[in-house]
Amino acid sequence: MSLAHFEVHQPTSLAQALDLLSAHRADARVLCGGTDLVPKLKAGVIAIGHLISLKRVPELDHVSFSPDQGLVIGGAARLSDVAEAPGVAENYPGLAHACSVMATTQIRHMGTVAGNIANAAPSGDTAAPLLVHDAVINVVGPGGRRSIPLADFFAGPGASVLDSLEIIETITAPAPQKPCGSQYLRLSARSLVDIAAVGVAALIALDGAGRVNRCRLAMAAVAPTPRRCPEAEALLEGKTPDAGLIAAAAQALSAASCPIDDVRSSAAYRQQMVGVLARRALEHSLKLAQGGAQ
Amino acid sequence: MAKQNIELIVNGDRYTVAVDPWRTLAEVLREELNLTGTKVGCNQGDCGACTVIMDGRSVSSCLTLAVEAHQRQITTIEGLAPSRTQLHPIQEAFVEAQAVQCGFCTSGMIMSAKNLLDHNPHPTEEEIRAGLSGNLCRCTGYVKIVEAIDLAAKKLDPAGAKEA
Repeated sequence: MSLAHFEVHQPTSLAQALDLLSAHRADARVLCGGTDLVPKLKAGVIAIGHLISLKRVPELDHVSFSPDQGLVIGGAARLSDVAEAPGVAENYPGLAHACSVMATTQIRHMGTVAGNIANAAPSGDTAAPLLVHDAVINVVGPGGRRSIPLADFFAGPGASVLDSLEIIETITAPAPQKPCGSQYLRLSARSLVDIAAVGVAALIALDGAGRVNRCRLAMAAVAPTPRRCPEAEALLEGKTPDAGLIAAAAQALSAASCPIDDVRSSAAYRQQMVGVLARRALEHSLKLAQGGAQ
Repeated sequence: MAKQNIELIVNGDRYTVAVDPWRTLAEVLREELNLTGTKVGCNQGDCGACTVIMDGRSVSSCLTLAVEAHQRQITTIEGLAPSRTQLHPIQEAFVEAQAVQCGFCTSGMIMSAKNLLDHNPHPTEEEIRAGLSGNLCRCTGYVKIVEAIDLAAKKLDPAGAKEA
């Protein structure tokens, strides 16, 4: 299982990284955590001549939260950096949870949130919690910068609208409008280490009268891409939430899922669990938004 | 493709080595530096046998390219014992709790235990189990490893131990 031969470039600025990527074009891949790419190189699934590592690009290595700027995740920020960054657990608890429990400690110390998104795996754990926070993927390429709402980013299993000459510079999400609650729940056979069989994220923000002025529901591992479900969200928005409405929204999310049978779970079980996790995540989010205990 | 000259700082020692860019850190530690305490089990980041600490955090050395480790601070199992006649408290605890059977996972287990205790000196049993979730053992059933790490925490900070 030795690696096929390639060169490794370690640029120390974003401009250098972009130049290298353009110079080697189809024969190059961006390397960051390497936790998905290196096994693929070992397996011979990917054969390329040049890896452009982003680990020594200081412009990409940061995570911050502020009420004005919201969440800003640099393209090389590791999962463990995001889990531990001040303000993340308080304001984006689902994302902090995903970044704390997915994969293994070693992988979380290496892998990045941007890599998890760029891989576009249907089961990517950071996608659903970022989707409910209206995250935006900010990319930079030879033609300049552009911002892509995460909801428009994925194009299919392993596919996205990211061009091969572009690099994710930041992932941003606005500060949640208070009062608000959110949660990400995942199910997998071992509960730790293994890939999610089902993931559901929810967010509820309330107005002064206790009505839902924003609801977000997103799911992972149960459709060709992680995705939101506006039909289910609309069932709660503008309403005074109750158990019946929550059950209806959870049911709508389940109905909108289209899971497959695979080694991790059956389609029927997944579809049913989407509804169960959605109900629990909505109930928990509502409780948080209403100021209840966690 | 030319080899790259890199500097590895392993257990405080500086090594200058010429490596092929596709070689993993695990391979270079074992084959170039003869530090064979780091084991390669699955060679795809699942089993944790190759765990080393780089810049203060545990990583899988089988998924790290050696050239990426240039000038990073690396600690391997060989770097824990304070002298040739003494063991590190985590190693002592593994012996005393009989947490070693075949021994293949032990280096990685101890490096993950060190990472855990460096960041959380008094973990609960649940936290120990979560801290070891990236390390597989096919012999012990984990119980004695968990006990060893609890013992190691007490050895490292006897005064600070939490009431169980």
